[in-house]
Amino acid sequence: MTLVFGVPLSVLLGQLLLGLINGSFYALLSLGLAIIFGLLRIINFAHGAQYMLGAFAAFLGLNYLGVNYWAALLLSPLLIGLLGMAIERGLLRRIAGEDHLYGLLLTFGLALIVEGSFVKLFGVSGSSYPMPEALKGGYNLGFMFLPTYRAWVIVAALLVCFATWYMIERTRLGSYLRAGTENPKLMQAFGINVPLLVTLTYGYGVALAAFAGVLAAPIYAVTPGMGANLLIVVFAVVVIGGMGSIMGAIITGLAMGLIEGLTKVFYPEAANTVIFVIMVLVLLVRPAGLFGKEA
Amino acid sequence: MKPTAERHQLQVSDLHAFYGESHILHGVDLVVGRGELVTLLGRNGAGRTTTLRAIMNLVGRRTGSILVNGNETIGMPAHQIPRLGVGYCPEERGIFASLSVEENLLLPPTVRSGGMGLDELYEMFPNLYERRFSQGTRLSGGEQQMLAMARILRTGANLLLLDEITEGLAPVIVQKLGEVLIKLKQRGLTIVLVEQNFRFAAPLADRHYVMEHGRIIEEIKAADLDARKDFLNRCLGV
Repeated sequence: MTLVFGVPLSVLLGQLLLGLINGSFYALLSLGLAIIFGLLRIINFAHGAQYMLGAFAAFLGLNYLGVNYWAALLLSPLLIGLLGMAIERGLLRRIAGEDHLYGLLLTFGLALIVEGSFVKLFGVSGSSYPMPEALKGGYNLGFMFLPTYRAWVIVAALLVCFATWYMIERTRLGSYLRAGTENPKLMQAFGINVPLLVTLTYGYGVALAAFAGVLAAPIYAVTPGMGANLLIVVFAVVVIGGMGSIMGAIITGLAMGLIEGLTKVFYPEAANTVIFVIMVLVLLVRPAGLFGKEA
Repeated sequence: MKPTAERHQLQVSDLHAFYGESHILHGVDLVVGRGELVTLLGRNGAGRTTTLRAIMNLVGRRTGSILVNGNETIGMPAHQIPRLGVGYCPEERGIFASLSVEENLLLPPTVRSGGMGLDELYEMFPNLYERRFSQGTRLSGGEQQMLAMARILRTGANLLLLDEITEGLAPVIVQKLGEVLIKLKQRGLTIVLVEQNFRFAAPLADRHYVMEHGRIIEEIKAADLDARKDFLNRCLGV
């Protein structure tokens, strides 16, 4: 058996794959947070709850309405995104321009309410979501076994991340978003409906979280707490990458997943803390994050 | 937009503007006819920039009446005012760092037909063409100013509010901007110019409004300028 630094190659690659999958979720979630923070200047603590809602929408849709996985992949982000827009219109708009703390408290409170209600309704233990038929099984690559669904998660997450990046950095709509992030007042003076842009942006960021939630449903248990656990790590990822950088969020998300995976192989005791150690180091050296602009 | 027999492109009556508790404008009245070039003169803090910002609804609160092409805008949200044909060039120029020169140029949506095309603008400002893929804020101050002007010319706006466009620029660029303004006037555009550089503004303008303490204190026609020189010097403190 091939050994790499005393570790079997298949174990190493297996952990790297797991790391890449976690990294895909980090990337999707931190991307949404970065977009929302960029335009709204709100640290969206409800992001984990919205991810959880995405998974639950898929789960409930399947069990009560017979909506299959592929439809849920589209409908759940749409539904939760619309819910996000309603939250922006009804609540976030009222505190726009206030101190960051208000947005943080409001979204954190929303997350607690939603997660608490779901615990009451569905219990803490959670339910499983069946793997879609077409994505069952896997490939034997010779040196390791690659489950089809995990490969799909990576491909789907990367596609959505890069499509989002392209939309923001290369299209006209994206130029509105970038300019609005810099100077929303002047955008109004050009005749651009900035309040609408803000609503759509929040909705899109929330939809990304819900999309990640649907992707996660077949591999992780669908539980009310699934988002809260993940969100803490995702915030560390965002801090490392730098708030407001699109590519930074994607790259940092994937990289942190991989680093976590590697740590599991070589020093498993530190696997849960390695990202926070990196966060501390980055904050010491580059307070604005690896890809962030110095304020 | 309802058709209007009005000759006035912009009519401001009893305009008051507030930033929080500060009362900045105390009843500004001014009228700008179609194709006119009018300046707002005055010392720093007289309320000239605030007048332009109030017309765009970018101040905290405003009362009074502002008719743009005959439409009352005092209750309009900020993003609808440009759609009446108003182009605003802010004092700080407002070039977006995260956008390329060309993206900056293409950013403001078209508000009326008859705006200048990209080719025409690049012909007017050749420097912008050469640097069209550069980051907007990498341009020199003069080039940024040209970009800020070109940006609103593309939209078809026929009422331009220009705030201190010559500030801090080299004489050769100021001269170039003067030529641009003459061309725009020939095209029939209406221009309100806030200007510190009186020698730049004087030969271009049809009329001048002099502001002090948030009010218009005097209106001077171009033909009377020489006769009122002493008064102006006293008001502007030059």
